[in-house]
This record gives sequence, structure tokens and C-alpha cells, in this order.
Amino acid sequence: MGEVIVITSGKGGVGKTTTTANIGTGLALQGKKVVLIDTDIGLRNLDVVMGLENRIVYDLVDVVEGTCRIKQALIKDKRYEGLFLLPAAQTRDKSAVSPEQMIKLCDELRNEFDFILVDCPAGIEQGFKNAIAGADRAVVVTTPEVSAVRDADRIIGLLEANELRNPKLLVNRIRVDMVKRGDMMTIDDIIDILAIDLIGVVPDDEKIVVSTNKGEPAVTDSKSLAGQAYRNITRRLLGEEVPMLDLETDDGFLVKLKRLFGLRTT
Amino acid sequence: MILDLSKLFGRSKTSKDVAKERLKLVLIHDRANVSPQFLEMVKSEIIKVISNYMDIDESALDIQLTKTRSEEGDRVVPALVANIPIKNVKSSGR
Repeated sequence: MGEVIVITSGKGGVGKTTTTANIGTGLALQGKKVVLIDTDIGLRNLDVVMGLENRIVYDLVDVVEGTCRIKQALIKDKRYEGLFLLPAAQTRDKSAVSPEQMIKLCDELRNEFDFILVDCPAGIEQGFKNAIAGADRAVVVTTPEVSAVRDADRIIGLLEANELRNPKLLVNRIRVDMVKRGDMMTIDDIIDILAIDLIGVVPDDEKIVVSTNKGEPAVTDSKSLAGQAYRNITRRLLGEEVPMLDLETDDGFLVKLKRLFGLRTT
Repeated sequence: MILDLSKLFGRSKTSKDVAKERLKLVLIHDRANVSPQFLEMVKSEIIKVISNYMDIDESALDIQLTKTRSEEGDRVVPALVANIPIKNVKSSGR
């Protein structure tokens, strides 16, 4: 029986879709059979992030309305064995799908797949309720900013109110240089505030933009630090104990000396 | 070590300290809002305990989650403020 994991955040633009694409591809690279569901009806993006936008025929709404069978709507990613995408509809809105329909869909997909990753839209309305309806586990994505952390806290409360216990925290776009200066909250600060378990930390990495430009998830890029972070998160999701990525870059003597005297080094 | 040095020279708080402090406060309110029953539960428990010792005007009882200056006066902390009008102190409580 497959497992349904929802990727959510509350605030928009913190990296839910990027995270879904990378963890999903990462799981497929680990030999798992994975389907990614984009539930952001009207504002779909998982297709472009995955580089599969040209292959959409049917979508999520077609499936729940019975216009097509599930198999017809699933797009097979030819680059990675066992990876599929169920795209969102672009010309409809969130009310086109109900939580009951999502539960039914997830239950059907469980028989076919090891993992069903649900990319949740921003907000706490209908789209959020749909996305979490069929989920067994949740990953909450945040960035080290007050607005994102505040919204994450709200989402954690709502997840727990909906019987999704023990959501895992993913802190995205951390910048070590700013943390060192005291201008960005540390991972410990964020955990202290949100009081949930950490599944991983993803550094701010230009390569994410490059890989999104190309439609190739960074998790496949062995040189990308964010890609490495996502590979580790994938393994943790599979139950492995993987130490947190050391994001410290070796600055060299001069930079350390300057910092010691309080000089700006960036 | 960098932080310790800056404290030694009396530099002001870093921006992330400010962020954390503001977040903690705003979340106390957000979390209280998530469950509106929360204050009601606190209120009924307080009435139960105090009623053992005094007659109080339950209808005029007011409980709020608010902010106040800390004892040291250098930062704002959350506070539970209760206004409980007492009608009569029971003799058994003396």
C-alpha cells in the first residue's frame, strides 16, 4: 500500500512545488514508484517545474469528473523510471474538486504507487482542504522569514485539527552568510518557535533557478548543494538516518579575521 | 563568539533576534485565535476555583490575552489579564 504525503506551507512562494518535484524525483531515483498530484487548480505549475508541460492531455478535474480514466491522465516522466505526474486543471477553480473526491483518488492510487505526493496550493481555503484530505503524512515548507514562519504555524495547527499529526518541517532558502551575521533566523530558532520535527534544510541555491529554467529538478544535479539537500530529505522520508547537511563553506583565514573584527565580508 | 563580542561592545540586538521576538508574540495571539474555546475554558476554570472562596459577578468577568512590559521593562511579553468583580468574600475563605 502506497503512502500519501502532502507538501504544504500556507504562504505562497516558499518552494512547495519545487520541493514536490525534487522529493518526487528523488524517490523515483531511489527505485520507488511515485505519482505527483498538482492540486493548485487554476494556477498549475508542477508541470513546468518538472518539464512536462507539453505532454498534458487530461488533468485532475477530468479524472474526478470521470471524463477519463486515471491511467489516461497520468503523464509518465520518460527520464526517470517510475515517476508520474497528474497535472491540475488550468481553466477551472478549486471548487471543481471536493475533499471526498481527493480521498477516493488517493485511495485508488495507493494500490499502484509507493508514494503519492500532493502539491498543495497556498492558502487555507478549499484547495488546502482538498490537498490534505487523503494524506497520511505532511511536510510543511517554510523559509526563515517572519511571514512564512507565521503561516507555517497556522498550517501546523490546521493539520493537527485535521488529524494529520506530526507534520515534518522543511526549511528552505537558508543563507548561511546572513545567519552568521545575525540577520536571519537559525534552524534552531525556527524549530524553537514551531516545535515540530525537522526533515531537512535546503540552502538558497542559484542552481534551483537554473534547474527550474530547464525543467530538470535539482535533485538530479550532483553538483548542486540544494540537490544534495533534497537527496538527503528523500532518504529521511524513506526512514534512513541521514545527518543534516553541513552548510558551512570554508571561508579562509582572511575572511575569518575580518569577521573577527566585525568587518562586513559580503 | 561573534555574538558575544558584539554584546561586549554594547551593540544592539541583531535583526533575527527582533524577528524571533516579534514572531513569538504574534503567534501567541494567532494560536489563541485558532481555538476560540481556549479562553472560555480558562475562564470557566478560574470561576470554579475562585467561587470556592468568594462570590463573584460571573457576567461581568473579563479575561483577555494581551501584551505588557516585562519586569525589567526592556521588552514586551504576553499576559493574561483577568478582571473579576468580587461581590462578597465567603467566611470559609478567611
